[in-house]
Amino acid sequence: MELARDEEEALAGKKGKALASAYRILVAIGEATGAKKFVPIKWAHVSGVNYNTIGDAGAQFLDEFSRTAKVAVKTTVNPMGYDRNHPEGIPEKFQEKQTSIVKSYERIGVTPSFTCTPYEVFDIPDKGTAVSFAESNAAVFSNSLLGLRTNKESALSALASSVTGKAPLSDLRLDEARNPKVGIEANFRFGSELHYGLLGYFAGKVVKDSSVAFSGISRPSTIEAKALSAAIGTSGSCGMFTVGRGRGEKISFGKKEAKAVMEELSTAEDGDIITLGSPQLGLNELDFLAKLTEGKKFSKRCMIFCSRAIYGQAAKVGLTGKLERSGAEIMCDSCTCLTPYVTKDKYDSVVSNSVKGAYYLNNSNKVKVALKDIRTIAKVCTE
Amino acid sequence: MIISNCKKIVGGSGEGLTLVTAQPINFLAMVDPKTGMITDSKHELYEKSLKGAVLVFPYAVGSSVGAYAIYSLREYGTAPNAVVCSKADITTASGCAIASIPVVDLPKGAPAIKQGAVARVEADAGRIIVKV
Repeated sequence: MELARDEEEALAGKKGKALASAYRILVAIGEATGAKKFVPIKWAHVSGVNYNTIGDAGAQFLDEFSRTAKVAVKTTVNPMGYDRNHPEGIPEKFQEKQTSIVKSYERIGVTPSFTCTPYEVFDIPDKGTAVSFAESNAAVFSNSLLGLRTNKESALSALASSVTGKAPLSDLRLDEARNPKVGIEANFRFGSELHYGLLGYFAGKVVKDSSVAFSGISRPSTIEAKALSAAIGTSGSCGMFTVGRGRGEKISFGKKEAKAVMEELSTAEDGDIITLGSPQLGLNELDFLAKLTEGKKFSKRCMIFCSRAIYGQAAKVGLTGKLERSGAEIMCDSCTCLTPYVTKDKYDSVVSNSVKGAYYLNNSNKVKVALKDIRTIAKVCTE
Repeated sequence: MIISNCKKIVGGSGEGLTLVTAQPINFLAMVDPKTGMITDSKHELYEKSLKGAVLVFPYAVGSSVGAYAIYSLREYGTAPNAVVCSKADITTASGCAIASIPVVDLPKGAPAIKQGAVARVEADAGRIIVKV
């Protein structure tokens, strides 16, 4: 990579420890993605906020990093572990560590958004704008539906871009990688958002390129696109999709392939509780769910995760009241993935419509998952 | 055997026994940082430890927070001594950059590296020395 003089100096530590670490990261990812230079970015979205994901080592790193680091561009952050207004049941040690992490990010100067769906909360820059999004669902969604240009960043690379305002000009920030060379054709009719999730998980596993073209499906709705984006990001390294015929190789996604994903991730028939929201639900999803459950009551504990910003909008139009009357608990600031609300000593199994959620509930929370689409959940888990 | 023309991703050098897999790794969901063990029963490296190894794998997948998981391995003393990828990804590159773990990409058509061989990765020279 060719570095400008000020970049060389920062890498050598002449502008402080945090910038030296940031450039060390940026040079490594620049080499990995074949970049020749850095470009300015407009927005960084950083993951690695939930204590359950970064642990003591991460909390310690951020504490030290934040002593000399300051954001150079608008920076939003991923969910933390729990809702700040609902710490009930969260161990004191967890709360202490989580508070320390949040304080570190605040010292750096981030917007305390605690959302994995920044694309539903903030104004979207013009198409073609370079950004740096960790949180794989946000990277995939923003590349694929909004025309923003980000690589599938890591928690640390997005943080490095946040404090430098720069990212490597490579991969999905260039036209070549955004034009898929591999396609996946769905050869059965999709009935729900869950099918899009299964397709995404399959795609992540089989596609080694940075982008993929899907055919045989209609243009996904926002709900379906979120399910698809989150699932691709979970199983693979692919960071963008298009809808339509791609060039070159075509892989088939049939009922057999969908069933294989279900067999891997849907490990229970039913669950003790319901969790909805990975990614966090948007206004349209809350509205849809409220309509589906109108006049009904959930027959088991139902946790709905959304961002505080979306909660505020939903409360204004009376949606939160409707959902709460159905017995749902709406949690802000947090999400299904690696949530400390769901532990294996409290629950054996969870019902969810999220393929991404199912992967982490199975592998990290170590609880079983019954994957069902949202309509089915609203039907069979209510009375 | 010497494999030259490797691409340096993170500089430095490290030596250890090779731990080879053709399967990608999700560092957040599949690795216990306290022990360095792969905890996913469906993975080829299930119950194998990354500690002190020369990890030879294609690339990381999944969570962006995997970078912190790699850093945690360093803090717990369970990190690999060097990493060899077929196509290093952003999670691996950034995590290893902060954890000071040398990383190289294999050149196209590189010979297969045997499981459990003594290997030394010299990232700055773009070289892997594999002893039998």
